[in-house]
Amino acid sequence: MLIEVGHFALALALALSLVQAIMPVWAMRSGDTALRAVATPAALGAFACVLFAFAALTYAHATSDFSVQNVVENSHTTKPFLYKLSGVWGNHEGSMLLWILILALFGALVAVARDSVPTVLRANTLAVQGLVTFVFVLFLITTSNPFARANPAPMEGNDLNPLLQDFGLAVHPPLLYVGYVGFSITFAFAIAALIDGRIDAVWARAVRPWTLIAWSFLTLGIAMGSYWAYYELGWGGWWFWDPVENASLMPWLAGTALLHSTVVMEKRDALKVWTVLLAILTFSLSLLGTFIVRSGVLTSVHTFATDPTRGVFILAILILFIGGSLALFAWRAPMLRQGGLFAPISREGALVMNNLFLAAGCTTVFVGTLYPLFLEMLTSEKISVGPPFFNATFVPIAIPLLLIVPFGQTLAWKRGDVHAASQRLFAALGLALAIGLAVLALTWGGPVLAPVGIGLGAYLILGAAMEIISRARGYGGNRARTIRDVARRAAGMPRSAWGTALAHAGVGILVLGIAAQGWATEGLSNVKPGETLASGPYVATLERVGPRQGENYAETTAFLTIRNKAGDVVGTTETGKRFYPSRKMTVTESGLLTLGVSQVYASLGEVMPDGSIGLRLYYKPLVLLIWIGCLVMAIGGFVSLTDRRMRVGAPKRAKAKPLPNAVPAE
Amino acid sequence: MNRTLGPAALALLLALGAAAGAVQPDEILPDARLETRARDISAGLRCLVCQNQSIDDSDAPLARDLRLIVRERLKAGDDDRQVLDYVVGRYGEYVLLRPVLALHTLLLWLTPLAALLLGGFGIWRLARRQPSAGQQALSPAEEAEVAALVRRD
Repeated sequence: MLIEVGHFALALALALSLVQAIMPVWAMRSGDTALRAVATPAALGAFACVLFAFAALTYAHATSDFSVQNVVENSHTTKPFLYKLSGVWGNHEGSMLLWILILALFGALVAVARDSVPTVLRANTLAVQGLVTFVFVLFLITTSNPFARANPAPMEGNDLNPLLQDFGLAVHPPLLYVGYVGFSITFAFAIAALIDGRIDAVWARAVRPWTLIAWSFLTLGIAMGSYWAYYELGWGGWWFWDPVENASLMPWLAGTALLHSTVVMEKRDALKVWTVLLAILTFSLSLLGTFIVRSGVLTSVHTFATDPTRGVFILAILILFIGGSLALFAWRAPMLRQGGLFAPISREGALVMNNLFLAAGCTTVFVGTLYPLFLEMLTSEKISVGPPFFNATFVPIAIPLLLIVPFGQTLAWKRGDVHAASQRLFAALGLALAIGLAVLALTWGGPVLAPVGIGLGAYLILGAAMEIISRARGYGGNRARTIRDVARRAAGMPRSAWGTALAHAGVGILVLGIAAQGWATEGLSNVKPGETLASGPYVATLERVGPRQGENYAETTAFLTIRNKAGDVVGTTETGKRFYPSRKMTVTESGLLTLGVSQVYASLGEVMPDGSIGLRLYYKPLVLLIWIGCLVMAIGGFVSLTDRRMRVGAPKRAKAKPLPNAVPAE
Repeated sequence: MNRTLGPAALALLLALGAAAGAVQPDEILPDARLETRARDISAGLRCLVCQNQSIDDSDAPLARDLRLIVRERLKAGDDDRQVLDYVVGRYGEYVLLRPVLALHTLLLWLTPLAALLLGGFGIWRLARRQPSAGQQALSPAEEAEVAALVRRD
C-alpha cells in the first residue's frame, strides 16, 4: 500500500512541478500577483511529494519488501543494514529518484528564499526549476518506475553488486548529486535572466551562493568517488580518466570557471554574457554526465542497467535543455548589456585567464571523452582515448592555470601592477623554489617531475598564506605594527577572503599529493606465510592466510605485519578476497595502513595450491593529501558561503533577522 | 578485482579459477630494465574485453596474454615502437590508449591548442572593445527593490 502511495506521490509531484513551471510565467505576463504566489507552495509541495516517495522506497528497501521489483533486483535479506539503505540509490531507478529529490529540495529552497532575489528573476527561476523537475519526474515515471511490483514476489532478492556494498556508496552519489543538481539553480537563474533580457551585479550575487554550494559538494563528491575507487579497485590508482569520472570532472571545471566569472561580474560588471553561457554549460555538462552514466552509452559499473528507451528519453531531455537553452542564449544574449572594461593586468584579467584555461581544459576532457563515440558513429573506426592522451593534453593546460592562481589573488582590481604583485609573491616564489630544489637534491636520481610538482604545490599553499598575511599587514601608512594587530585584522577579514585562500591552498595540497605519487613504489611476489615482500621503505611479512566469515560473504584473508627498514613493526593490515554467494562474485578487499598522510597498500592476488599467495604491496607517499586537498577546497567553499555578502540568497536567515549594523558590501 | 567485466565474462573468469590482480609474479622478466619497459608499454595498451583499463591494470585472461606477448617481443629484441606496431597489427588501433596522430585523430589532438587560441582571440577582442553606451534603465519599482536589497546587505 505504501508503495502505491509513493507512486501516487510521484504523480502528484509531476503535476505540482508543472504548476510551478507554468504559473510564475503566466503570472508575469498577466500581472496577477496572487497567481505568482502559487509557485512557492507548488515547489514546496513537489518537494514534499518526492520526499514521501523517496521515504516509501527507502522503507521498502529497509524492510526487504520483495514484492517491489527494485528491492528484488538490488537487495538480499543477509545484506548489512547500511547497504540496504544506501542500496536505495545503488540502482538506476533509486538513484534517479535521489537526483529528483535533491532537485526538488533546491527548488523548495529557492522558493523560501523569499525577498533575497528580485521578484521577476525569482519567478522565472522557479519556473525553469519547475520545468526541470517536471521533465525528470516524467522520465522516472514513464521509463524507470522504482515502485513497480514483482508478481509473484520471490522469497529472496538478487542482492546488490558487491562492488557497491561499501560505505562509499552511502556518501558518493548524494554528494555528487547535490553538486550536479545544485547547478540546475544557476542554470535556472541564467535562463530567467535571458527571458528577462537583463542581467546585472544583483544577478551575480543571487547566483553566487548556489554556485558555491554546488561546487563545494561536487568537489567532495568527486574526491569521495576517487578515494573509493582507490581502495576498492585494488591497484591503488586514484584517477583513471574513465568516461564516468570525466563526466563529473567536466561540470566541475565549468563550475569552477563559473565561480570565478561571477566574481568578476559582481565586482566589475564585466563578463556577463560569458557568465550566462557558463551557467548554461555547467548544468548542461551535469546533464550530459547523467546521460553518460545512465544511458549505457559507455558501459561500466556505474551503469546499473542498459536500456535503450531510457537512453533515448535522456537524449531527448538533453536536446530539450541544452539545445533549448543554447538557442535561447543565441537569441537573447545579444540583448544583454555588455559590462565594464578591464586592463589585461588586473585581478579580473587574471580571472579571465583562469576562465580561459579552465574552459580549454574542460573542452579537452569533453572532446577526449566523446571523440571515440563520434568517430565510430561517423567512420566506424574504433580508437581509444585513455589516460596517456589526457595526461599529455590536460596537464600542460593545468600547469599555467595553477601558476597564475596566486597572482590573481594578489593583483588589484581594475589596474594591477605585475611588478608589485611579484614583489609581494617573492617570498612565496623563492621559498617554493627552494623547497623544490631541496626535494630534487634529496631524491636525486628519482623522478624529475615529482620535485617540480612539490615546488608548485608549495607555491600555491605559500601564495595563499602570503595573501592573507600581506592583506592583514596592510600597506603604507596603514601597516600593522604588531603581530597581534595582524592577527586581529586577519580575523576581521571577510570570510570570502579566507574561503578563497583556503580553497587555493587546498589545490596546492592536492598538487603535493599528486606529485608525491611519482615516488610510489610497487612490490609484487608470491609469498608463503612467514615470508616477506618489500616496497619502498617498508617490508610486509605474511603472518598467515585464513578463512573468515562476513555477514553475507566468505573471505580468504591474508594477515600482514608491516615493518620499516630498521625492522621495527609500524603496524598490521589485512587484505582479502571476498566471495559473495548471492551474486557469485569475488571482490578484492585491499589492506590499507595509514602512516601520517602516507599509506602502505596491500592487495591479495591469487591463492596458490601450495599455500602461497600473490601479494602486491604499494607504498604511496603523501597519498592522502590528494583527498585532504579536495576536502580543504570544499571547506574553503563553505567558509565563503558564510560571508556576510552571501546572506543574499541564503534561505530565510536574512529575512528573519535584519542585520542591525549593516556593513556596506565590499 | 576487475571493475568492468560483464557478468558473463566474470562467470567465465570464475569458472577458470583465475580471479587475480593484474601483473602476476610469474610474468615478471628477470631483466629489470626490460621489465620496466614492459610495464610502460602495458600501461598504454587497452584491455580489449574491459572498459578503459590498461592491460597493466586488468586481470582478464586476455590482458595477461597481451602482457606475455609484449614481454615475448621485448625478449626477442624489439624496440618499444616495434612492440606497439606488432600489437596494433594484431588487435587494431583500438588497443592504443594514446591515439595515434593521424588524419582521423587530428581534430582530437588539435582541440586543446585550438581551444586556447580561440579563447585567447575572444579575450583579445573583448579587451579591445569599447563599452556600449546603450543601457536598459530600471523601472522605478525595480530601483526601489534593488535599493532595498543593497541597504539590507
